[in-house]
Amino acid sequence: MVLITLFLLSGMLAGYFLRKRSRIIEFNDKVTTGAICLLLFLLGLSVGGNEIIINSIAKLGIQAFVLTAGAVSGSVFLSYFVYVYIFRRKGK
Amino acid sequence: MRGSFVIMFFFSAGIFCGFYSLAPSAMKNSAFSLYALNLLLFLVGIGIGGNNTAWEMIKKMNAKIFLVPLSVVLGTLLGSSLLSPWIKGITLRESLAVVSGFGYYSLSSIIITRIEGETLGVLALLSNVFREISTLLMTPLLVRYFGRLAPIASGGATSMDTTLPIIIKFTGKEYGIISIFSGIVLTLTAPFLITLILAVV
Repeated sequence: MVLITLFLLSGMLAGYFLRKRSRIIEFNDKVTTGAICLLLFLLGLSVGGNEIIINSIAKLGIQAFVLTAGAVSGSVFLSYFVYVYIFRRKGK
Repeated sequence: MRGSFVIMFFFSAGIFCGFYSLAPSAMKNSAFSLYALNLLLFLVGIGIGGNNTAWEMIKKMNAKIFLVPLSVVLGTLLGSSLLSPWIKGITLRESLAVVSGFGYYSLSSIIITRIEGETLGVLALLSNVFREISTLLMTPLLVRYFGRLAPIASGGATSMDTTLPIIIKFTGKEYGIISIFSGIVLTLTAPFLITLILAVV
């Protein structure tokens, strides 16, 4: 877990120093998309070969749906108060 | 939006190849995906650190705008912990890690797979894809009943790119800036918060 944070932070530091060199940054975006596609392919690969996950995909879908419903409603609920008491008041 | 389809295509292709055992076995080597993940994290870091517009924007912002991503983080964690006890077979810790992707499904599912295994990784992928899709579908209703910050809150990390066009269309340009800002902060927060929750909770 330390490793995850370390790689992310060192990347950000490198990116910060490279930020004026737009060609490198644009190239980096393309490689990032490629790496994401590769890793999701690999995730799919182990999921497809894993009978337990394949058999419980419907259950996982329902769990995911309920979790998302909670996360989205909570966010919308709190942001509504921020909107009404801080943002809208400022504008008028 | 096109990007999301490309990504989902690769995931589905992976499932297909895995199901029918079509891929070379060397690819299933987990050391290989560990290297790929570390490389990805470094690249994602470069993308964030090298984002000029993000740095300029953060310098100019006043403190109030931080309330938007803050309310998304708190609302997401609160809302999911209220529902988590009702979902069978999943712990609070797992729920919190999954929703801390804030819709950033590619990176969150990969990190969670790495730390907790494939089952939770797939749950994270599905849950965070749902977050993006539901924002795309519900933005008009959210704006109407819960104000112009609502779709930004619902979109989470996606409000800086995939859901941005529809958010701008229904809330206006000045909220587009808030939307990008909130998305950037949440994109940054997601990988750290996921790792933190799985390490500490």
